[in-house]
Amino acid sequence: MTTSPGRGSRPLAASASQDPELLRRLLRAKDRMDAASHEEWPVRRLARVSCVSEAHFARSFKDAFGVPPHRYLLTRRIERATALLRDTDLPITDIAFQTGWKSLGTFGRTFRDITGESPGDLRSQQKGTLHELERVPACFVSAAQRPALTIAVSEKRRQEARDINDASEPEEAP
Amino acid sequence: MSQGIEVVGLYVRDQDEAVEFYVGKLGFRVHTDARNGNYRWLTVQHPEQPSFQLGLFAPEQPTLDAATVQAMREIVAKGGMPPLVLVVDDCRAACEQMRSRGVEFTQEPIDRYGRVDASFRDPSGNGWKMIQAR
Repeated sequence: MTTSPGRGSRPLAASASQDPELLRRLLRAKDRMDAASHEEWPVRRLARVSCVSEAHFARSFKDAFGVPPHRYLLTRRIERATALLRDTDLPITDIAFQTGWKSLGTFGRTFRDITGESPGDLRSQQKGTLHELERVPACFVSAAQRPALTIAVSEKRRQEARDINDASEPEEAP
Repeated sequence: MSQGIEVVGLYVRDQDEAVEFYVGKLGFRVHTDARNGNYRWLTVQHPEQPSFQLGLFAPEQPTLDAATVQAMREIVAKGGMPPLVLVVDDCRAACEQMRSRGVEFTQEPIDRYGRVDASFRDPSGNGWKMIQAR
């Protein structure tokens, strides 16, 4: 497995402790994104919810929840789109706009980059495979199926491009 | 019932604040409030569920070491504790009433799969799902 040094790969500090009062206010911003992930959430708006400065917000949010706020929002949108693809017969265009994307193209591309499948493929595959989860409250099922977006989408694209280029070379033993 | 679960506890950041919330806003009753020095055993009960107590405990020394106390407080404040589910007869009415008492809802009541549900948090960060009884 390749790890890319440099940008964005700040080592996990021996988890410096954060003020619980601040964390509670950061959680409020996260909750607000959860409740309305289709809306625009610029850092200014989120910082206001948490009663902190914009610079402080972005850094503290990532320290607290492990991902930058905009990437967290992306995982929620994908999660919601996945649920709508699975549970409704809404046209994919409607789902794209309902979950906060401004264009169908961007939605389809981002969705595929994150989940590995196109929205249409995922829809046909998932229909009817989830009956055993009927007894679990829907919100928990949905959260459990949230994509784990530990790297930026752009980085994921680069990695996948590398993997394709590397495919012909023999695999190195760890 | 003579066997079964009697108490399940939550960690809260402040026990007075938690009583104000669970009793004053949700309508629970205090079952036990016993102190011994700094230690406080505090449980509340849903008025319609006399066999079950919800413990409202503070992560504290010496039960936990100082670093663990801090870690627990952070986890609770980040909403990292497991889900809690409250069942009510009428989710929208309950939401209305709780909101008028100042409860912070994180999800408005919505109808899905034939059941209405909503979400709220206690002041500490513990997340509740409120579901309408079938």
